Amino acid sequence: MKIAVCIKRVPEMDVNFKIAASGKGVDEAGLKWDMSDFDGYAVEAALQLTEKLGAGEVHVISLGGDVVQETLRKALSMGAAKAVQLKCDAVPYDAFAIAAALAAELKAGGYDLIMFGKMSIDGANGVTQFVVAELLGLPLVHACSKLEIAGGKGTARREIEGGGELVAFPLPAVVSIDEGIARPRYPSLKGIMAAKKKPLEVRPAQLGEVRLTVEKMELPPARAAGRIIGEGAGAVPELVKLLQTEAKVL
Amino acid sequence: MPNVLAFAEARGGELRKVALEAVTAARQVADQVGGEVHAVLVGPAGVAAKAATLAQYGADVVLVAEHAGFANYAPETTAALVADRVKGGDYRAVIFSASQQGKDLAPRTAARLGCAIATDVTSFSVGGDAVIVTHPGYTGKVVQTLKLVGTPVVLSLRPGSVSPAAKAGAGRTEQVAADPSGARVQVTETILGDSKKLDLGEAPIIISGGRGLKAAEHFKLVEDLAAAFGNAAVGATRAVTDEGWRPHSDQIGQTGRLVSPELYVAVGISGAIQHLAGMRTSKCIVAINKDKEAPIFKVADYGIVGDVFEVVPALTAAVQQARQSSH
Ligand SMILES: Cc1cc2nc3c(=O)[nH]c(=O)nc-3n(C[C@H](O)[C@H](O)[C@H](O)COP(=O)(O)OP(=O)(O)OC[C@H]3O[C@@H](n4cnc5c(N)ncnc54)[C@H](O)[C@@H]3O)c2cc1C
Repeated sequence: MKIAVCIKRVPEMDVNFKIAASGKGVDEAGLKWDMSDFDGYAVEAALQLTEKLGAGEVHVISLGGDVVQETLRKALSMGAAKAVQLKCDAVPYDAFAIAAALAAELKAGGYDLIMFGKMSIDGANGVTQFVVAELLGLPLVHACSKLEIAGGKGTARREIEGGGELVAFPLPAVVSIDEGIARPRYPSLKGIMAAKKKPLEVRPAQLGEVRLTVEKMELPPARAAGRIIGEGAGAVPELVKLLQTEAKVL
Repeated sequence: MPNVLAFAEARGGELRKVALEAVTAARQVADQVGGEVHAVLVGPAGVAAKAATLAQYGADVVLVAEHAGFANYAPETTAALVADRVKGGDYRAVIFSASQQGKDLAPRTAARLGCAIATDVTSFSVGGDAVIVTHPGYTGKVVQTLKLVGTPVVLSLRPGSVSPAAKAGAGRTEQVAADPSGARVQVTETILGDSKKLDLGEAPIIISGGRGLKAAEHFKLVEDLAAAFGNAAVGATRAVTDEGWRPHSDQIGQTGRLVSPELYVAVGISGAIQHLAGMRTSKCIVAINKDKEAPIFKVADYGIVGDVFEVVPALTAAVQQARQSSH
Protein backbone atom coordinates (compact mmCIF):
# COMPACT_ATOMS: atom_id res chain seq x y z
CA MET A 1 0.00 0.00 0.00
CA LYS A 2 1.61 3.21 -1.17
CA ILE A 3 -0.03 6.38 0.12
CA ALA A 4 0.71 10.02 -0.66
CA VAL A 5 -0.57 12.73 1.66
CA CYS A 6 -0.62 16.35 0.50
CA ILE A 7 -0.09 18.71 3.41
CA LYS A 8 -0.14 22.46 3.87
CA ARG A 9 1.67 24.73 6.30
CA VAL A 10 -0.69 27.24 7.90
CA PRO A 11 -0.60 29.66 10.81
CA GLU A 12 -2.01 28.45 14.12
CA MET A 13 -5.49 29.88 14.41
CA ASP A 14 -5.81 30.71 18.12
CA VAL A 15 -4.63 34.31 17.76
CA ASN A 16 -6.20 37.59 16.76
CA PHE A 17 -4.96 38.12 13.23
CA LYS A 18 -3.88 41.50 11.91
CA ILE A 19 -4.14 42.40 8.26
CA ALA A 20 -0.82 42.83 6.41
CA ALA A 21 0.14 46.17 4.88
CA SER A 22 -0.70 44.77 1.42
CA GLY A 23 -4.35 44.47 2.54
CA LYS A 24 -4.47 41.03 0.94
CA GLY A 25 -3.17 38.70 3.62
CA VAL A 26 -2.59 38.34 7.34
CA ASP A 27 0.37 40.02 9.02
CA GLU A 28 2.72 37.09 9.58
CA ALA A 29 4.83 38.72 12.28
CA GLY A 30 4.86 36.58 15.40
CA LEU A 31 2.60 33.83 14.01
CA LYS A 32 3.30 30.19 14.83
CA TRP A 33 2.96 27.69 12.02
CA ASP A 34 1.95 24.06 11.82
CA MET A 35 0.41 21.45 9.57
CA SER A 36 -3.19 22.33 8.66
CA ASP A 37 -5.57 20.52 11.06
CA PHE A 38 -7.31 18.25 8.56
CA ASP A 39 -3.99 17.39 6.91
CA GLY A 40 -2.79 16.17 10.30
CA TYR A 41 -5.78 13.83 10.47
CA ALA A 42 -4.96 12.63 6.95
CA VAL A 43 -1.33 11.86 7.85
CA GLU A 44 -2.47 9.99 10.95
CA ALA A 45 -5.11 8.03 9.01
CA ALA A 46 -2.54 7.12 6.34
CA LEU A 47 -0.04 5.91 8.95
CA GLN A 48 -2.71 3.84 10.69
CA LEU A 49 -3.71 2.23 7.38
CA THR A 50 -0.17 1.09 6.59
CA GLU A 51 0.35 -0.04 10.19
CA LYS A 52 -2.85 -2.08 10.10
CA LEU A 53 -1.96 -3.69 6.79
CA GLY A 54 1.60 -4.23 8.00
CA ALA A 55 2.86 -3.11 4.61
CA GLY A 56 3.40 -0.03 2.52
CA GLU A 57 4.63 3.45 3.12
CA VAL A 58 3.44 7.02 3.38
CA HIS A 59 4.93 9.87 1.36
CA VAL A 60 4.13 13.49 2.12
CA ILE A 61 4.12 16.36 -0.34
CA SER A 62 3.92 20.07 0.32
CA LEU A 63 4.06 23.07 -1.98
CA GLY A 64 5.79 26.30 -1.02
CA GLY A 65 9.01 27.96 0.02
CA ASP A 66 11.69 26.29 2.13
CA VAL A 67 9.68 26.95 5.28
CA VAL A 68 7.41 24.00 4.36
CA GLN A 69 10.35 21.68 5.05
CA GLU A 70 9.59 22.10 8.75
CA THR A 71 6.03 20.83 8.17
CA LEU A 72 7.30 17.96 6.02
CA ARG A 73 9.82 17.01 8.75
CA LYS A 74 7.00 16.89 11.26
CA ALA A 75 5.16 14.37 9.07
CA LEU A 76 8.38 12.37 8.70
CA SER A 77 8.80 12.36 12.47
CA MET A 78 5.24 11.06 12.82
CA GLY A 79 6.24 8.12 10.61
CA ALA A 80 6.09 9.08 6.93
CA ALA A 81 8.90 7.53 4.86
CA LYS A 82 9.67 10.25 2.34
CA ALA A 83 8.88 13.90 1.74
CA VAL A 84 8.75 16.07 -1.37
CA GLN A 85 8.80 19.86 -1.44
CA LEU A 86 7.36 21.35 -4.62
CA LYS A 87 9.22 24.59 -4.43
CA CYS A 88 7.71 27.94 -5.29
CA ASP A 89 8.15 31.39 -3.75
CA ALA A 90 4.51 32.10 -3.04
CA VAL A 91 1.65 29.63 -2.78
CA PRO A 92 -1.06 30.78 -5.20
CA TYR A 93 -4.63 31.02 -3.88
CA ASP A 94 -6.17 29.22 -6.87
CA ALA A 95 -6.57 25.46 -6.24
CA PHE A 96 -6.22 24.78 -9.97
CA ALA A 97 -2.71 26.27 -10.00
CA ILE A 98 -1.66 24.14 -7.01
CA ALA A 99 -3.37 20.98 -8.23
CA ALA A 100 -1.49 21.11 -11.53
CA ALA A 101 1.82 20.95 -9.64
CA LEU A 102 0.61 18.21 -7.29
CA ALA A 103 -0.80 16.10 -10.13
CA ALA A 104 2.47 16.37 -12.07
CA GLU A 105 4.30 15.01 -9.01
CA LEU A 106 1.73 12.33 -8.16
CA LYS A 107 1.16 11.02 -11.69
CA ALA A 108 4.09 8.64 -11.86
CA GLY A 109 4.16 7.79 -8.14
CA GLY A 110 2.14 4.57 -8.37
CA TYR A 111 0.07 5.50 -5.31
CA ASP A 112 -2.87 3.35 -4.24
CA LEU A 113 -4.29 6.22 -2.25
CA ILE A 114 -3.75 9.97 -2.44
CA MET A 115 -4.94 11.74 0.68
CA PHE A 116 -5.76 15.33 1.59
CA GLY A 117 -7.38 17.12 4.50
CA LYS A 118 -10.94 18.06 3.53
CA MET A 119 -9.84 21.71 3.34
CA SER A 120 -7.01 23.91 4.52
CA ILE A 121 -7.84 25.73 7.71
CA ASP A 122 -6.70 29.13 6.35
CA GLY A 123 -8.10 29.19 2.81
CA ALA A 124 -11.06 26.99 3.80
CA ASN A 125 -11.97 26.03 0.24
CA GLY A 126 -11.57 22.27 -0.16
CA VAL A 127 -11.10 22.30 -3.92
CA THR A 128 -7.51 21.14 -4.60
CA GLN A 129 -8.21 17.43 -4.13
CA PHE A 130 -11.04 17.53 -6.67
CA VAL A 131 -8.82 19.04 -9.35
CA VAL A 132 -6.03 16.56 -8.62
CA ALA A 133 -8.49 13.65 -8.95
CA GLU A 134 -9.81 15.07 -12.21
CA LEU A 135 -6.33 15.59 -13.65
CA LEU A 136 -5.33 12.04 -12.70
CA GLY A 137 -8.65 10.50 -13.74
CA LEU A 138 -9.15 8.96 -10.28
CA PRO A 139 -12.33 8.49 -8.22
CA LEU A 140 -12.57 10.76 -5.20
CA VAL A 141 -14.38 10.60 -1.87
CA HIS A 142 -14.50 13.90 -0.01
CA ALA A 143 -14.61 14.51 3.72
CA CYS A 144 -14.31 10.95 5.07
CA SER A 145 -14.91 10.66 8.80
CA LYS A 146 -14.26 6.90 8.60
CA LEU A 147 -12.15 5.04 6.09
CA GLU A 148 -11.41 1.36 5.54
CA ILE A 149 -9.37 -0.30 2.84
CA ALA A 150 -9.53 -4.01 2.05
CA GLY A 151 -9.02 -6.11 -1.06
CA GLY A 152 -8.28 -3.19 -3.35
CA LYS A 153 -11.50 -1.43 -2.38
CA GLY A 154 -12.37 1.36 -0.02
CA THR A 155 -15.37 2.17 2.12
CA ALA A 156 -15.93 5.47 3.86
CA ARG A 157 -18.42 7.46 5.84
CA ARG A 158 -19.18 11.11 5.15
CA GLU A 159 -21.08 13.39 7.50
CA ILE A 160 -24.17 15.12 6.13
CA GLU A 161 -26.70 17.39 7.81
CA GLY A 162 -28.44 15.20 10.38
CA GLY A 163 -26.70 11.95 9.44
CA GLY A 164 -24.10 10.24 7.31
CA GLU A 165 -23.46 8.56 3.99
CA LEU A 166 -21.67 5.26 3.47
CA VAL A 167 -19.57 5.23 0.33
CA ALA A 168 -17.85 2.45 -1.64
CA PHE A 169 -15.07 3.12 -4.15
CA PRO A 170 -12.28 1.31 -6.02
CA LEU A 171 -8.53 1.93 -5.67
CA PRO A 172 -6.47 3.79 -6.70
CA ALA A 173 -8.40 6.77 -5.42
CA VAL A 174 -8.16 10.23 -3.93
CA VAL A 175 -9.73 10.70 -0.49
CA SER A 176 -9.97 13.77 1.70
CA ILE A 177 -10.26 13.50 5.44
CA ASP A 178 -12.66 15.07 7.91
CA GLU A 179 -12.01 15.18 11.61
CA GLY A 180 -13.21 12.38 13.81
CA ILE A 181 -11.11 9.84 11.93
CA ALA A 182 -8.03 9.88 14.16
CA ARG A 183 -6.22 12.33 16.42
CA PRO A 184 -2.74 13.00 15.01
CA ARG A 185 0.00 11.42 17.11
CA TYR A 186 2.73 13.56 18.65
CA PRO A 187 6.11 12.84 17.11
CA SER A 188 8.22 10.80 19.52
CA LEU A 189 11.82 11.75 20.24
CA LYS A 190 12.88 8.63 18.32
CA GLY A 191 10.65 9.73 15.44
CA ILE A 192 12.17 13.19 15.42
CA MET A 193 15.72 11.76 15.33
CA ALA A 194 14.80 9.28 12.56
CA ALA A 195 13.15 12.03 10.50
CA LYS A 196 16.46 13.84 10.17
CA LYS A 197 17.82 10.98 8.08
CA LYS A 198 14.75 10.43 5.91
CA PRO A 199 14.76 11.69 2.31
CA LEU A 200 13.32 15.14 1.62
CA GLU A 201 13.41 15.86 -2.10
CA VAL A 202 13.02 19.35 -3.53
CA ARG A 203 11.68 19.98 -7.01
CA PRO A 204 10.36 23.12 -8.69
CA ALA A 205 6.55 23.33 -8.63
CA GLN A 206 4.95 23.25 -12.07
CA LEU A 207 2.14 25.60 -11.17
CA GLY A 208 -0.96 25.93 -13.33
CA GLU A 209 -2.84 28.99 -14.48
CA VAL A 210 -4.30 31.37 -11.85
CA ARG A 211 -7.88 32.66 -12.30
CA LEU A 212 -8.84 33.14 -8.67
CA THR A 213 -7.05 35.80 -6.66
CA VAL A 214 -7.42 37.50 -3.31
CA GLU A 215 -8.26 41.16 -3.90
CA LYS A 216 -8.68 42.17 -0.30
CA MET A 217 -8.58 40.76 3.20
CA GLU A 218 -10.42 42.36 6.11
CA LEU A 219 -11.35 41.60 9.67
CA PRO A 220 -15.06 40.86 10.04
CA PRO A 221 -17.13 43.66 11.58
CA ALA A 222 -16.68 43.49 15.35
CA ARG A 223 -19.63 42.31 17.41
CA ALA A 224 -20.82 44.84 19.93
CA ALA A 225 -19.42 43.98 23.35
CA GLY A 226 -21.52 41.46 25.22
CA ARG A 227 -23.74 42.44 28.10
CA ILE A 228 -24.68 40.50 31.18
CA ILE A 229 -28.29 41.19 32.07
CA GLY A 230 -28.44 39.47 35.41
CA GLU A 231 -27.83 36.45 37.62
CA GLY A 232 -29.73 33.22 38.08
CA ALA A 233 -33.34 32.42 37.25
CA GLY A 234 -34.33 35.90 38.43
CA ALA A 235 -32.90 37.31 35.20
CA VAL A 236 -35.14 35.16 33.00
CA PRO A 237 -38.12 37.57 32.74
CA GLU A 238 -35.78 40.37 31.62
CA LEU A 239 -34.22 38.05 29.00
CA VAL A 240 -37.62 37.03 27.64
CA LYS A 241 -38.63 40.67 27.43
CA LEU A 242 -35.47 41.55 25.48
CA LEU A 243 -35.97 38.59 23.14
CA GLN A 244 -39.48 39.86 22.42
CA THR A 245 -38.97 43.59 22.20
CA GLU A 246 -35.33 44.17 21.25
CA ALA A 247 -34.14 41.06 19.38
CA LYS A 248 -37.69 40.23 18.18
CA VAL A 249 -37.03 36.50 18.00
CA LEU A 250 -39.86 35.45 20.27
CA MET B 1 -27.59 36.28 -23.40
CA PRO B 2 -25.81 34.15 -20.83
CA ASN B 3 -27.90 32.09 -18.44
CA VAL B 4 -27.31 31.02 -14.86
CA LEU B 5 -27.51 27.43 -13.68
CA ALA B 6 -28.64 26.67 -10.13
CA PHE B 7 -28.36 23.28 -8.47
CA ALA B 8 -31.56 22.62 -6.51
CA GLU B 9 -30.59 20.18 -3.77
CA ALA B 10 -33.18 17.57 -2.86
CA ARG B 11 -33.02 14.78 -0.32
CA GLY B 12 -35.31 11.78 -0.40
CA GLY B 13 -37.35 13.47 -3.15
CA GLU B 14 -37.92 16.63 -1.07
CA LEU B 15 -36.35 20.01 -1.83
CA ARG B 16 -34.01 21.36 0.81
CA LYS B 17 -34.22 24.99 1.83
CA VAL B 18 -30.78 25.56 0.29
CA ALA B 19 -32.29 24.67 -3.10
CA LEU B 20 -34.44 27.79 -2.90
CA GLU B 21 -31.44 29.83 -1.78
CA ALA B 22 -29.46 28.71 -4.85
CA VAL B 23 -32.35 29.46 -7.22
CA THR B 24 -32.94 32.86 -5.60
CA ALA B 25 -29.25 33.73 -5.98
CA ALA B 26 -29.26 32.54 -9.60
CA ARG B 27 -32.30 34.76 -10.26
CA GLN B 28 -30.40 37.77 -8.90
CA VAL B 29 -27.44 37.09 -11.20
CA ALA B 30 -29.65 36.30 -14.22
CA ASP B 31 -31.56 39.55 -13.78
CA GLN B 32 -28.23 41.35 -13.75
CA VAL B 33 -26.84 39.69 -16.90
CA GLY B 34 -30.19 39.49 -18.67
CA GLY B 35 -30.40 35.71 -19.03
CA GLU B 36 -32.53 32.85 -17.78
CA VAL B 37 -32.33 30.71 -14.67
CA HIS B 38 -31.99 27.00 -15.30
CA ALA B 39 -32.34 24.78 -12.26
CA VAL B 40 -31.11 21.20 -12.05
CA LEU B 41 -33.27 18.86 -9.98
CA VAL B 42 -32.03 15.32 -9.37
CA GLY B 43 -33.83 12.59 -7.47
CA PRO B 44 -35.81 9.37 -7.56
CA ALA B 45 -39.02 9.06 -9.61
CA GLY B 46 -41.52 11.71 -8.56
CA VAL B 47 -39.03 14.47 -7.81
CA ALA B 48 -40.25 16.29 -10.96
CA ALA B 49 -43.28 17.38 -8.93
CA LYS B 50 -40.98 19.83 -7.15
CA ALA B 51 -40.26 21.75 -10.36
CA ALA B 52 -43.26 24.01 -9.74
CA THR B 53 -41.74 25.22 -6.46
CA LEU B 54 -38.48 26.06 -8.21
CA ALA B 55 -40.44 28.05 -10.82
CA GLN B 56 -42.02 30.08 -8.00
CA TYR B 57 -38.53 31.11 -6.91
CA GLY B 58 -37.44 32.14 -10.37
CA ALA B 59 -36.50 29.07 -12.43
CA ASP B 60 -37.28 29.55 -16.13
CA VAL B 61 -36.24 26.01 -17.00
CA VAL B 62 -36.11 23.04 -14.64
CA LEU B 63 -33.91 20.21 -15.83
CA VAL B 64 -35.17 17.07 -14.15
CA ALA B 65 -33.15 13.88 -13.87
CA GLU B 66 -35.10 11.03 -12.29
CA HIS B 67 -33.63 7.61 -11.55
CA ALA B 68 -34.10 5.14 -8.71
CA GLY B 69 -30.32 5.38 -8.16
CA PHE B 70 -30.72 9.05 -7.16
CA ALA B 71 -32.37 8.01 -3.89
CA ASN B 72 -28.83 8.37 -2.52
CA TYR B 73 -26.46 11.16 -3.49
CA ALA B 74 -24.68 10.20 -6.74
CA PRO B 75 -21.60 12.44 -6.81
CA GLU B 76 -19.98 11.50 -10.11
CA THR B 77 -23.15 11.22 -12.19
CA THR B 78 -24.63 14.43 -10.83
CA ALA B 79 -21.43 16.43 -11.42
CA ALA B 80 -21.17 15.02 -14.96
CA LEU B 81 -24.80 15.89 -15.66
CA VAL B 82 -24.36 19.50 -14.51
CA ALA B 83 -21.01 19.91 -16.29
CA ASP B 84 -22.34 18.50 -19.56
CA ARG B 85 -25.26 20.89 -19.49
CA VAL B 86 -22.96 23.84 -18.81
CA LYS B 87 -20.58 22.82 -21.61
CA GLY B 88 -23.46 22.52 -24.05
CA GLY B 89 -24.93 25.94 -23.26
CA ASP B 90 -24.12 29.56 -22.58
CA TYR B 91 -23.80 29.98 -18.83
CA ARG B 92 -22.22 32.83 -16.88
CA ALA B 93 -22.34 31.11 -13.49
CA VAL B 94 -23.20 27.81 -11.87
CA ILE B 95 -24.55 28.20 -8.35
CA PHE B 96 -24.63 25.59 -5.60
CA SER B 97 -25.22 25.78 -1.87
CA ALA B 98 -22.17 25.12 0.30
CA SER B 99 -24.20 22.45 2.09
CA GLN B 100 -22.45 19.17 2.89
CA GLN B 101 -23.51 17.94 -0.54
CA GLY B 102 -22.64 21.20 -2.28
CA LYS B 103 -19.16 21.17 -0.75
CA ASP B 104 -18.67 17.94 -2.68
CA LEU B 105 -20.62 18.69 -5.83
CA ALA B 106 -19.49 22.24 -6.60
CA PRO B 107 -15.73 21.52 -6.75
CA ARG B 108 -16.39 18.25 -8.57
CA THR B 109 -18.27 20.18 -11.23
CA ALA B 110 -15.67 22.96 -11.42
CA ALA B 111 -12.89 20.37 -11.78
CA ARG B 112 -14.74 18.76 -14.69
CA LEU B 113 -15.34 22.13 -16.31
CA GLY B 114 -11.85 23.40 -15.56
CA CYS B 115 -13.26 26.76 -14.48
CA ALA B 116 -12.65 29.03 -11.52
CA ILE B 117 -14.59 28.30 -8.33
CA ALA B 118 -15.22 30.16 -5.08
CA THR B 119 -16.65 28.23 -2.16
CA ASP B 120 -18.61 29.12 0.97
CA VAL B 121 -19.45 32.48 -0.56
CA THR B 122 -21.26 35.00 1.66
CA SER B 123 -21.87 37.71 -0.98
CA PHE B 124 -21.29 38.03 -4.71
CA SER B 125 -21.48 40.41 -7.63
CA VAL B 126 -21.09 39.73 -11.33
CA GLY B 127 -19.29 42.48 -13.22
CA GLY B 128 -18.27 42.66 -16.87
CA ASP B 129 -15.51 40.09 -17.02
CA ALA B 130 -15.02 39.28 -13.37
CA VAL B 131 -17.06 37.87 -10.54
CA ILE B 132 -16.27 39.31 -7.11
CA VAL B 133 -17.24 37.37 -3.98
CA THR B 134 -16.59 37.41 -0.26
CA HIS B 135 -15.44 34.25 1.49
CA PRO B 136 -14.61 33.82 5.19
CA GLY B 137 -11.20 32.30 5.88
CA TYR B 138 -8.91 31.55 8.81
CA THR B 139 -11.77 29.95 10.79
CA GLY B 140 -14.00 32.94 10.17
CA LYS B 141 -11.46 35.41 11.55
CA VAL B 142 -10.98 37.20 8.24
CA VAL B 143 -13.15 37.99 5.24
CA GLN B 144 -11.52 37.64 1.85
CA THR B 145 -12.70 39.41 -1.26
CA LEU B 146 -11.95 37.13 -4.19
CA LYS B 147 -11.90 37.77 -7.91
CA LEU B 148 -12.74 35.03 -10.40
CA VAL B 149 -11.93 35.47 -14.07
CA GLY B 150 -13.18 33.42 -17.00
CA THR B 151 -16.64 32.14 -17.91
CA PRO B 152 -18.43 30.30 -16.49
CA VAL B 153 -17.60 30.41 -12.80
CA VAL B 154 -18.80 28.03 -10.11
CA LEU B 155 -19.95 29.42 -6.76
CA SER B 156 -21.10 27.61 -3.64
CA LEU B 157 -23.07 29.84 -1.28
CA ARG B 158 -22.93 29.58 2.48
CA PRO B 159 -26.33 28.33 3.67
CA GLY B 160 -28.35 31.22 5.05
CA SER B 161 -26.42 33.91 3.16
CA VAL B 162 -29.30 34.34 0.70
CA SER B 163 -32.94 34.44 1.81
CA PRO B 164 -35.26 32.55 -0.53
CA ALA B 165 -37.47 35.09 -2.34
CA ALA B 166 -40.47 34.18 -4.46
CA LYS B 167 -40.28 35.52 -8.01
CA ALA B 168 -42.09 33.67 -10.77
CA GLY B 169 -40.01 32.12 -13.55
CA ALA B 170 -41.30 30.49 -16.72
CA GLY B 171 -40.82 27.03 -15.22
CA ARG B 172 -40.60 24.91 -18.37
CA THR B 173 -39.40 21.42 -17.49
CA GLU B 174 -37.01 19.27 -19.48
CA GLN B 175 -36.18 15.67 -18.71
CA VAL B 176 -32.49 14.73 -18.60
CA ALA B 177 -31.45 11.09 -18.88
CA ALA B 178 -28.88 9.94 -16.31
CA ASP B 179 -28.04 6.61 -14.72
CA PRO B 180 -25.74 6.55 -11.69
CA SER B 181 -25.47 2.76 -11.46
CA GLY B 182 -22.14 2.52 -13.30
CA ALA B 183 -20.32 5.26 -11.38
CA ARG B 184 -17.05 4.43 -9.59
CA VAL B 185 -18.03 6.15 -6.34
CA GLN B 186 -21.27 4.75 -4.92
CA VAL B 187 -23.17 6.00 -1.88
CA THR B 188 -24.49 2.69 -0.63
CA GLU B 189 -26.54 4.02 2.26
CA THR B 190 -27.83 7.32 3.61
CA ILE B 191 -28.22 7.20 7.37
CA LEU B 192 -30.54 9.84 8.76
CA GLY B 193 -31.33 10.59 12.35
CA ASP B 194 -34.74 11.80 13.41
CA SER B 195 -36.09 13.31 10.19
CA LYS B 196 -38.59 15.43 12.13
CA LYS B 197 -35.65 17.19 13.73
CA LEU B 198 -34.83 20.60 12.26
CA ASP B 199 -31.43 20.74 10.61
CA LEU B 200 -28.86 23.06 12.20
CA GLY B 201 -28.31 24.83 8.89
CA GLU B 202 -31.99 25.54 8.43
CA ALA B 203 -33.28 26.27 11.93
CA PRO B 204 -33.87 29.94 12.75
CA ILE B 205 -33.06 29.20 16.39
CA ILE B 206 -30.30 26.98 17.79
CA ILE B 207 -29.97 25.90 21.41
CA SER B 208 -26.48 24.55 21.99
CA GLY B 209 -25.18 22.67 24.97
CA GLY B 210 -21.65 22.42 26.33
CA ARG B 211 -19.74 20.47 28.92
CA GLY B 212 -21.48 22.52 31.60
CA LEU B 213 -24.44 20.15 31.19
CA LYS B 214 -22.21 17.44 32.74
CA ALA B 215 -23.93 14.35 31.27
CA ALA B 216 -25.71 13.18 28.13
CA GLU B 217 -29.07 12.84 29.89
CA HIS B 218 -29.04 16.52 30.88
CA PHE B 219 -29.38 17.44 27.20
CA LYS B 220 -33.08 16.98 27.95
CA LEU B 221 -32.93 20.54 29.35
CA VAL B 222 -31.64 21.80 26.01
CA GLU B 223 -34.18 19.78 24.04
CA ASP B 224 -37.02 21.05 26.21
CA LEU B 225 -35.95 24.65 25.62
CA ALA B 226 -35.74 23.97 21.86
CA ALA B 227 -39.22 22.45 21.97
CA ALA B 228 -40.53 25.50 23.84
CA PHE B 229 -39.34 27.76 21.00
CA GLY B 230 -40.86 25.30 18.53
CA ASN B 231 -38.58 26.21 15.61
CA ALA B 232 -35.22 25.39 17.18
CA ALA B 233 -32.50 22.81 16.53
CA VAL B 234 -30.05 21.44 19.10
CA GLY B 235 -26.29 21.91 18.70
CA ALA B 236 -23.25 21.04 20.79
CA THR B 237 -19.59 21.82 21.40
CA ARG B 238 -16.75 19.51 20.54
CA ALA B 239 -16.25 18.73 24.21
CA VAL B 240 -19.74 17.25 24.10
CA THR B 241 -19.38 15.33 20.83
CA ASP B 242 -16.00 14.00 22.00
CA GLU B 243 -17.70 12.68 25.12
CA GLY B 244 -20.26 11.00 22.86
CA TRP B 245 -23.16 12.85 24.51
CA ARG B 246 -24.29 14.03 21.08
CA PRO B 247 -23.45 12.85 17.54
CA HIS B 248 -20.57 14.48 15.68
CA SER B 249 -23.06 15.93 13.17
CA ASP B 250 -24.37 18.25 15.94
CA GLN B 251 -20.98 19.88 16.50
CA ILE B 252 -20.77 23.60 15.88
CA GLY B 253 -17.44 25.33 15.37
CA GLN B 254 -14.28 25.56 13.38
CA THR B 255 -14.29 21.84 12.64
CA GLY B 256 -18.03 21.34 12.81
CA ARG B 257 -21.01 23.16 11.36
CA LEU B 258 -20.91 26.88 10.63
CA VAL B 259 -24.24 28.42 11.53
CA SER B 260 -25.81 31.85 11.68
CA PRO B 261 -29.33 31.57 13.07
CA GLU B 262 -31.54 34.43 14.25
CA LEU B 263 -30.99 33.30 17.82
CA TYR B 264 -28.20 31.18 19.31
CA VAL B 265 -28.50 30.14 22.93
CA ALA B 266 -25.24 28.83 24.45
CA VAL B 267 -25.93 26.68 27.50
CA GLY B 268 -22.92 25.77 29.67
CA ILE B 269 -20.49 26.66 26.88
CA SER B 270 -17.21 28.42 27.67
CA GLY B 271 -16.89 30.10 24.28
CA ALA B 272 -13.57 28.69 23.07
CA ILE B 273 -12.29 30.37 19.95
CA GLN B 274 -12.91 27.22 17.85
CA HIS B 275 -16.55 27.19 18.95
CA LEU B 276 -17.02 30.91 18.30
CA ALA B 277 -15.70 30.36 14.77
CA GLY B 278 -18.86 28.42 14.00
CA MET B 279 -21.52 30.66 15.52
CA ARG B 280 -20.27 34.21 16.01
CA THR B 281 -22.21 35.46 12.98
CA SER B 282 -25.53 34.54 14.66
CA LYS B 283 -27.86 37.56 14.75
CA CYS B 284 -28.53 37.33 18.49
CA ILE B 285 -26.48 35.35 21.01
CA VAL B 286 -27.64 34.42 24.50
CA ALA B 287 -25.25 32.81 26.98
CA ILE B 288 -26.00 31.04 30.22
CA ASN B 289 -22.90 30.15 32.21
CA LYS B 290 -22.07 30.08 35.90
CA ASP B 291 -18.63 31.64 35.34
CA LYS B 292 -19.01 35.36 34.74
CA GLU B 293 -15.50 35.43 33.22
CA ALA B 294 -16.38 32.85 30.52
CA PRO B 295 -15.35 34.19 27.09
CA ILE B 296 -18.81 33.44 25.67
CA PHE B 297 -20.07 36.54 27.53
CA LYS B 298 -17.80 38.71 25.35
CA VAL B 299 -19.86 37.86 22.27
CA ALA B 300 -23.26 37.37 23.91
CA ASP B 301 -25.88 40.06 23.32
CA TYR B 302 -27.57 38.88 26.52
CA GLY B 303 -25.84 36.93 29.23
CA ILE B 304 -27.16 35.35 32.37
CA VAL B 305 -24.63 34.32 35.01
CA GLY B 306 -26.07 31.27 36.68
CA ASP B 307 -26.44 27.53 37.00
CA VAL B 308 -27.91 25.98 33.84
CA PHE B 309 -29.89 23.53 35.97
CA GLU B 310 -31.71 26.46 37.53
CA VAL B 311 -31.85 28.99 34.69
CA VAL B 312 -32.73 26.76 31.73
CA PRO B 313 -35.91 25.22 33.17
CA ALA B 314 -37.06 28.71 34.20
CA LEU B 315 -36.35 30.00 30.70
CA THR B 316 -38.18 27.06 29.12
CA ALA B 317 -41.26 27.80 31.21
CA ALA B 318 -41.10 31.52 30.44
CA VAL B 319 -40.73 30.92 26.69
CA GLN B 320 -43.66 28.50 26.72
CA GLN B 321 -45.75 31.10 28.50
CA ALA B 322 -44.69 33.91 26.17
CA ARG B 323 -45.57 31.87 23.09
CA GLN B 324 -48.93 30.82 24.52
CA SER B 325 -49.99 34.33 25.39
CA SER B 326 -48.97 35.64 21.96
CA HIS B 327 -51.27 33.12 20.23
C1 LIG C 1 -8.14 21.98 16.32
C2 LIG C 1 -9.31 22.16 17.22
C3 LIG C 1 -10.57 22.24 16.68
C4 LIG C 1 -11.68 22.43 17.50
N1 LIG C 1 -12.91 22.52 16.93
C5 LIG C 1 -13.97 22.76 17.73
C6 LIG C 1 -15.28 22.91 17.18
O1 LIG C 1 -15.49 22.82 15.97
N2 LIG C 1 -16.30 23.16 18.02
C7 LIG C 1 -16.14 23.28 19.37
O2 LIG C 1 -17.12 23.51 20.07
N3 LIG C 1 -14.93 23.11 19.90
C8 LIG C 1 -13.85 22.85 19.12
N4 LIG C 1 -12.64 22.67 19.70
C9 LIG C 1 -12.57 22.55 21.17
C10 LIG C 1 -12.58 23.87 21.91
O3 LIG C 1 -11.25 24.33 22.01
C11 LIG C 1 -13.16 23.71 23.31
O4 LIG C 1 -12.43 22.73 23.99
C12 LIG C 1 -14.63 23.34 23.35
O5 LIG C 1 -15.39 24.20 22.53
C13 LIG C 1 -15.12 23.46 24.77
O6 LIG C 1 -16.43 23.01 24.87
P1 LIG C 1 -17.37 23.47 26.08
O7 LIG C 1 -17.56 24.94 26.03
O8 LIG C 1 -18.58 22.61 26.00
O9 LIG C 1 -16.57 22.99 27.36
P2 LIG C 1 -15.74 23.80 28.43
O10 LIG C 1 -14.72 24.65 27.81
O11 LIG C 1 -15.30 22.79 29.42
O12 LIG C 1 -16.79 24.77 29.10
C14 LIG C 1 -17.83 24.38 29.92
C15 LIG C 1 -18.47 25.63 30.47
O13 LIG C 1 -19.61 25.28 31.24
C16 LIG C 1 -19.68 26.11 32.38
N5 LIG C 1 -20.43 25.39 33.40
C17 LIG C 1 -20.06 24.27 34.08
N6 LIG C 1 -21.05 23.87 34.89
C18 LIG C 1 -22.06 24.76 34.76
C19 LIG C 1 -23.35 24.91 35.34
N7 LIG C 1 -23.85 24.03 36.22
N8 LIG C 1 -24.12 25.94 34.96
C20 LIG C 1 -23.66 26.86 34.06
N9 LIG C 1 -22.45 26.76 33.47
C21 LIG C 1 -21.66 25.72 33.81
C22 LIG C 1 -18.25 26.39 32.75
O14 LIG C 1 -18.15 27.61 33.45
C23 LIG C 1 -17.57 26.45 31.39
O15 LIG C 1 -17.51 27.77 30.91
C24 LIG C 1 -11.52 22.50 18.89
C25 LIG C 1 -10.24 22.40 19.45
C26 LIG C 1 -9.15 22.25 18.62
C27 LIG C 1 -7.79 22.16 19.25
